[in-house]
Amino acid sequence: MSKPFQVPKSLKKNPFHYCPGCQHGVAHRLVCEVIDELGIQDKSLAISSIGCSVFLYFYIDVDMTEAPHGRACAAATGAKRARPDLMVFTYQGDGDFAAIGFNESFQAAARGEKITSIMINNNIYGMTGGQASPTTLPGQKTTTTPAGRDPETFGYPPKIAEILATLEGVAYSARVALNSPKRIVEAKKAIKNAFLAQIKNLGFGFVEILSTCPINWKMDPVSAVKAVDKVIEYFPLGIFKDKVTPFLKNLK
Amino acid sequence: MKKDKKILAKGVEAIVFGALEAECKCYFGYPITPQNDIPELMSRELPKRGGVFLQAESELAAINMILGACATGARAMTSSSSPGISLMCESFSYLAALEFPAVVVNVMRGGPGLGGIETSQGDYFQATKGSGHGDFRFLVLAPSNAQEAYELTAKAFELAEKYRNPVMVLLDAILGQMKEPLVLKKLKIKKYPPETWALTGAKGRNSRFFRSLFLDAEELKQHNLKLMKKYQSMQKEIRYEAKIEEGDMVLVVAFGSMARLANEAIEDLRNKGYQVGYFRPITLYPFPYKPLKEIVTQAKKPLKILVPEQNCGQMVEDVKLAVEGKAEVISLPYPPSVVPFPEDLKKEIKKCLNLSKSRKV
Repeated sequence: MSKPFQVPKSLKKNPFHYCPGCQHGVAHRLVCEVIDELGIQDKSLAISSIGCSVFLYFYIDVDMTEAPHGRACAAATGAKRARPDLMVFTYQGDGDFAAIGFNESFQAAARGEKITSIMINNNIYGMTGGQASPTTLPGQKTTTTPAGRDPETFGYPPKIAEILATLEGVAYSARVALNSPKRIVEAKKAIKNAFLAQIKNLGFGFVEILSTCPINWKMDPVSAVKAVDKVIEYFPLGIFKDKVTPFLKNLK
Repeated sequence: MKKDKKILAKGVEAIVFGALEAECKCYFGYPITPQNDIPELMSRELPKRGGVFLQAESELAAINMILGACATGARAMTSSSSPGISLMCESFSYLAALEFPAVVVNVMRGGPGLGGIETSQGDYFQATKGSGHGDFRFLVLAPSNAQEAYELTAKAFELAEKYRNPVMVLLDAILGQMKEPLVLKKLKIKKYPPETWALTGAKGRNSRFFRSLFLDAEELKQHNLKLMKKYQSMQKEIRYEAKIEEGDMVLVVAFGSMARLANEAIEDLRNKGYQVGYFRPITLYPFPYKPLKEIVTQAKKPLKILVPEQNCGQMVEDVKLAVEGKAEVISLPYPPSVVPFPEDLKKEIKKCLNLSKSRKV
């Protein structure tokens, strides 16, 4: 009899180094559950990026390399083009994906690369100590926006999942959150669809996961998880592009 | 036996043929003058052979596509010209740190900044010493004609795999754009099976990961020591060409296109009885310090060393390091775009000879 709850096979047994209340751990676990369910652990190649999640290789048990800051989608493109039989995915933060690496991310999506990208959006540069990121909310205080992000001088946060959804090459684009059990279940579905976009050769699969950074948000873990609801007001949850579901339906 | 095909080809075309001879599987690049023949030819030739050609959105993307392809063990190459190479430098450091076997071609144009599109050797420092942050080395091969560009490019893939390190083919624009005879020789390029290290999906084995981040001081130290040892072991790849005779009073040291001019100049002067030698480093890293030093220490008479370069004096610093003060080293800089004639070099060599109180035999 299978156990109702167990550690995913593709999740390494290393204890997470993440701060209390950080949701990288939940996101890692969901990615691993999807990898297990799709049976792709032994044909996956992951690209870890720069930021707290650079250590992805300590947690997810698949072949993996680091890419320079922002270049994960370019590295994933090279890997996938060289070995189309591999399931190639990137796991990046909002700074990596949407600031320094936005061109690589955008162009890979526009080309319709058969890769999957997970962007953890916690509205801040966590690893470097809490500076403003492209997705820092208007009014949000960070170490480089001490008076709060003023859109007049710092501009507005881009809605990446919506932007990517406009591209022909994108087969799946969704924004999810992890601050309630229901949302976690939905997040897992989205991650699975973003992988299926690749497996079924439909195009670029993308999931933006709203996440917490209690330390740099200067909150306790419980308040941080609650604060994600505030983030959702600016960054609405939803599926903005889905070629996967109709494709799977037609198969039936 | 079938005779090798002889064609007329530009240096940049020779590079493509060399890469194809080595069974390069992936090419990623971004347009920049004067090397566009490389991506253009690759876009026609690679797909025919089941390879991958992709024009990237920038040099940053191109070199990281190379990183991803090399991670899977595929033979992959990119090419660019000076400003584009500058953009790739960050990732060269990562490639070296991750130990991925990439081949990079730099068809040098004038700098700094946007510079010009005519010939130059201005990226000597960048290629041999400053191609990114941290302690790492590129293996740098500098051909001086189309034939050598063909053979060294093919060899670059073997060396990249042998050392699991990026290798650069450094070509002057004039060599890239000049047409000359090229024999498409069958080459023996050794393959180092990537199965033992590459990221190919962890089927039937434990998963592997590559990283360049070592927050633990001791781990980072060990990583650097390991790489340092590898760079030291590359010393055995030193290649050079030398024409030295007893009694030579002046030695001209040059690489790439400048070496061809120097060769023509010294051959002519030798025929006229002047005592002039010639030394051409083919590997710029590792630089042939030892052979050059031996020439100087074994010379019967004190040697003067003349270093003509198509830049404001870069390789001359390595020449000085090589001779350890045992010979006078004179820099002869020709700023980018200005191509001297052999006559100009002969004049300079004669000046040196007069200074060393040479006599015409």
